[in-house]
Amino acid sequence: MTAERPRRLALVASKGTLDGAYPPLILAATAASLGWEVGIFFTFYGLDILHRKKHRRLKVPPLGNPAMPVPLPNLLGVLPGMTAAATAMMRRWIKDAGLPDVATFLDMARESGVRLYACSTTMGVMGIEAGDLVDGATIAGAAAFLDFAAEADVSMFV
Amino acid sequence: MTRPTDTHTDTHTGTHTGTQADLDCKGLLCPLPVYRAGQAMAKLAAGDVLRVECTDPGSLADFPAFARQRGYTLLSAETHGDVQIFYLRKEGDR
Repeated sequence: MTAERPRRLALVASKGTLDGAYPPLILAATAASLGWEVGIFFTFYGLDILHRKKHRRLKVPPLGNPAMPVPLPNLLGVLPGMTAAATAMMRRWIKDAGLPDVATFLDMARESGVRLYACSTTMGVMGIEAGDLVDGATIAGAAAFLDFAAEADVSMFV
Repeated sequence: MTRPTDTHTDTHTGTHTGTQADLDCKGLLCPLPVYRAGQAMAKLAAGDVLRVECTDPGSLADFPAFARQRGYTLLSAETHGDVQIFYLRKEGDR
């Protein structure tokens, strides 16, 4: 790396499902390991990843998700308990693969100096208070994130 | 975890390289091998070498990228069956 300043990754995390939480967290941990500066803007359902309680119980729905290898017609995903069953299945896959849970990835992000921006507009829309957020989150609007992202070498909306 | 071993003469370059640390990442998937290697390299001094063992097939592509991005020297990448072994050297200005 020859640049005077480190490379920079700017991510927007917009999904609040269990499977949706991993891509931004994996990319952030990896980029930090490469010596990059990293910022993630958590907005709308993505803000659940920064929610002190909700990030421990993110779910994955089988309904409308034909990639989910459940040997049942997809429409049956509407039945009570199907989302819980699919979530339990995916948690087991993640654990069996030796992949850390979301809480551990948040610890890794903080230890690596990843900037965790909590979208203030989403907080207002969803009724989320500052005290609901995990430690290390920074409440910010779009301008603050764009100011960080303007110098980014890689930007992604995930 | 990282285990410093005795000062040795590096077999890949034939030069004196200071200490070598070993890191076992067998059974770990991306991003953990690179993440842990990053933590281990941070504890080493210039000239030190980190030996990493991995089983994630993605590591074969990831470790050359990790070395290039960080400015480390990838002394060698070997494959022994399902295990990949990487030797990374920390350079003076990193």
